[in-house]
Amino acid sequence: MAGALEPQAQVNSGSGWLILRDLVLAAVVVILIWLGLGILRSETMLSGLGPFVGKLVQALVALAVGVVGIWALFIVVNSLVEYLPARATNAIRPFVFVLPAIAVVSLYLVFPAVGTIIQSFTEVPEGEGLLYNYAQAFSDPKLLLALRNNAIWLVLAPAGALLIGLTFAGLVDRIKREALAKIFIFLPLCISGAGAAVIWRFVYEWRPPGRPQIGILNAIVTLFGGDPIPWLQEIPTNTLALVVVMIWLQAGFAMVILSAAIKGVPTELVEAARIDGAGEFQTFVRVVLPSIRGSMITVFTTIAIAVLKVFDIVYVTTNGNFDTDVIANRMFNEMFRFRNFGFATALAVILFLAVVPIMVVNVRNLRQQGIGV
Amino acid sequence: MRNRTWLLVVVCLAVIVAACGDGGAGTTTAAPGTTAAPGTTAGSATTAAAGTTAATGEPTGYAELDQAMAGDFAGTTVEIVAQWVEGEAENFNASLDPFREATGIDVQYEGLTDYELTLQTRVDGNDAPDLAQIAQPGKMISYASEGQLVDISPWFNTDKLVEEQVGGFFELTQFDGGVYGVYYKTDVKSIVWYPVEPFEAAGYTIPTTWDEMTALSDQIIADGNGNPWCIGIESEAADGWVATDWIEDIVLRTAGVDFYNQWWKHEVPFNSPEVLAAAEEMASIWFAPDYVYGGNVAINATNIRDVANPMFDPAGPQCWFQKQAAWIPEFWPGNRDVSDRSQWANPPGEASSFFYLPGIDPAVGNPVLGAGDMFVMFTDGDRPEVRALLEYLATPQGAQAWIELGGFISPNTTVPVEWYTSYPNTELVPILNNADSFGFDASDLMPAEVGAGSFWTGMVDWVAANGEGTEEIFQSIEDGWPAG
Repeated sequence: MAGALEPQAQVNSGSGWLILRDLVLAAVVVILIWLGLGILRSETMLSGLGPFVGKLVQALVALAVGVVGIWALFIVVNSLVEYLPARATNAIRPFVFVLPAIAVVSLYLVFPAVGTIIQSFTEVPEGEGLLYNYAQAFSDPKLLLALRNNAIWLVLAPAGALLIGLTFAGLVDRIKREALAKIFIFLPLCISGAGAAVIWRFVYEWRPPGRPQIGILNAIVTLFGGDPIPWLQEIPTNTLALVVVMIWLQAGFAMVILSAAIKGVPTELVEAARIDGAGEFQTFVRVVLPSIRGSMITVFTTIAIAVLKVFDIVYVTTNGNFDTDVIANRMFNEMFRFRNFGFATALAVILFLAVVPIMVVNVRNLRQQGIGV
Repeated sequence: MRNRTWLLVVVCLAVIVAACGDGGAGTTTAAPGTTAAPGTTAGSATTAAAGTTAATGEPTGYAELDQAMAGDFAGTTVEIVAQWVEGEAENFNASLDPFREATGIDVQYEGLTDYELTLQTRVDGNDAPDLAQIAQPGKMISYASEGQLVDISPWFNTDKLVEEQVGGFFELTQFDGGVYGVYYKTDVKSIVWYPVEPFEAAGYTIPTTWDEMTALSDQIIADGNGNPWCIGIESEAADGWVATDWIEDIVLRTAGVDFYNQWWKHEVPFNSPEVLAAAEEMASIWFAPDYVYGGNVAINATNIRDVANPMFDPAGPQCWFQKQAAWIPEFWPGNRDVSDRSQWANPPGEASSFFYLPGIDPAVGNPVLGAGDMFVMFTDGDRPEVRALLEYLATPQGAQAWIELGGFISPNTTVPVEWYTSYPNTELVPILNNADSFGFDASDLMPAEVGAGSFWTGMVDWVAANGEGTEEIFQSIEDGWPAG
């Protein structure tokens, strides 16, 4: 690629002929890409080739446009920029390379986000004001319940994961088979939320009294002579039961980050505390913890963001029944089941607004630690 | 470095091929259409002969169909679409073959995948077929209100339709003073499964009235034979729909189909006194002590697929009745995960059979709950040959081949019962033919916010409360009915 660029630099002397050649080249590339996209867009052009060959040709065209085409576009645009005065070239060239990325991000991230916000105000029944969807949201008792549940999740899940992760990181810090011990806490992190929910559904499974309990929790309860408890039906046990799934998923993440942070605490500091007569526990609480404060905030906020968006665990276990609904689940139902785009987008915006402050804390904290974001 | 570049290219290619795979599915919907050539194979000719003897011999009662049978429209083309593809498309084509043979009309059938969306796209793009199958009466109403459909009442012999079909189907095709469809296919939901051998061994007899059914339930409890009812409404993201079917069945039985149709159209409040009374009737089974296996907690905790497990308990039935449509035996223990039906441990019709969920109010009679498919005519299709095909589809011959191949129930009661050869349709058809009225699954007809939303979750809440607070729960469903 570099070889292709260098000759262009040499002809910077400004032959009009060469400029014309490059302009034509650029036009040809643009036209070819356009034609390629036309083939991809057309439903009929490739249908004569049969399903397999048609698809293969489609793939090759996509590859040609997506990889070779973009590459060629970079080269010709770059060579055109070369003809500009040196200062202009230097000023513009970075944008030649960055613009496509910005364009893609705008198209797939900024555009839908702005669209969502606009839709949440405009998708209202005729004669209603701009804030109709939001007014509906905050007057719907079931949604207020979902908001309350999100708040419960927001407090308990990150705190629980942090506490367990921290305890474990502290306990295994200097034992022999530390890595092995950590794997067991870390493993759930590899499981998707939906997968974890399926596993925990079995853990919480309830069968009528007298039947064999296939859920481990109720098997234990009945072993000690108790009646099986419908964990996912009883309020408020069920919401707590779901939070436990999240903690189980996220504790590994907390442990890994905090374990690394604990190892980063200077040995001199810990030894100095010991010499001063501090016990193991006191050292941990008074010296280690304050030193890893930044990492703890990172862990807490990161999990908090994941928790606010929680959907899969609730959807798979209770589908929001028995007072366990959360905003993201309601949003899904409104969007894909009831086709209430206005209400669903309003919920998306509410969720977005709730995440922003946590995000700000998170980013600011990372900056303080010298990690530029 | 070079190696990595190649790796990148390969990955990109893989991603693109995968992406095209998804996109391709949408664009190849035209492919099944090629199978729609008129049936001229030797095999279809024989069924054609059988089908047309009845049709050509005497007048059919339909004007255009008689003309077509006389060959008046030979050489014309009719385009018809439905959601039936593959095996079902073959069966439907086999039903169309006698018409093709007898009339010389080129009927081009196309089975569309992603049916509702594809049809909507074609209609929006001024490319509507002549005739189209519609599963949701609400969809017919929306097409009709847009002026896309032909009101068939001026020329279609609707009296014959009303006379031949089970009451209730015709009403579903009416809209704004016109008639916009003809029912072709249906199913029956109002059945209760029971374990045959233990049932007979215990000396029980099949209840024919609601009171007999509750008396039998009491007797099962008194005999110490466990609980009479197996009920579970857990169904992943659709928890509660089983309960909505119960309410619907009972509203049909206590308030009648006319009220029922007003109810799902929301011409009367969702929580009308009739509906609350039906809920009370339901509660007298669902929440009565010892009536349901495991009580209300089990109802909410048991997945639909596991409901019948205690019915087939090795120690004898722990519960005896499961109200569910004819597909449920697939999920019974010893049947699930066994693809070869002849290997099923609990084959339906032998290990277990079903009876009709009895009527309640004699004045209302015996209704059935179900769903069905109708055909509608788009405005471009208003030609005599298209009318003839629509009329043909209303006759027994229009479905004969499919009925004989199995998996099809006709709403037309004049279809000879001996055409039905395979279980469970042999048992379901008499129930349908004896029915006094047909109610279309209401939760499928209500707006999704209710029919797939608050009605479901309301039922879950109601069960969780063990039948307490009925009025509040039904009131909140009514309050949440979307405006307009």
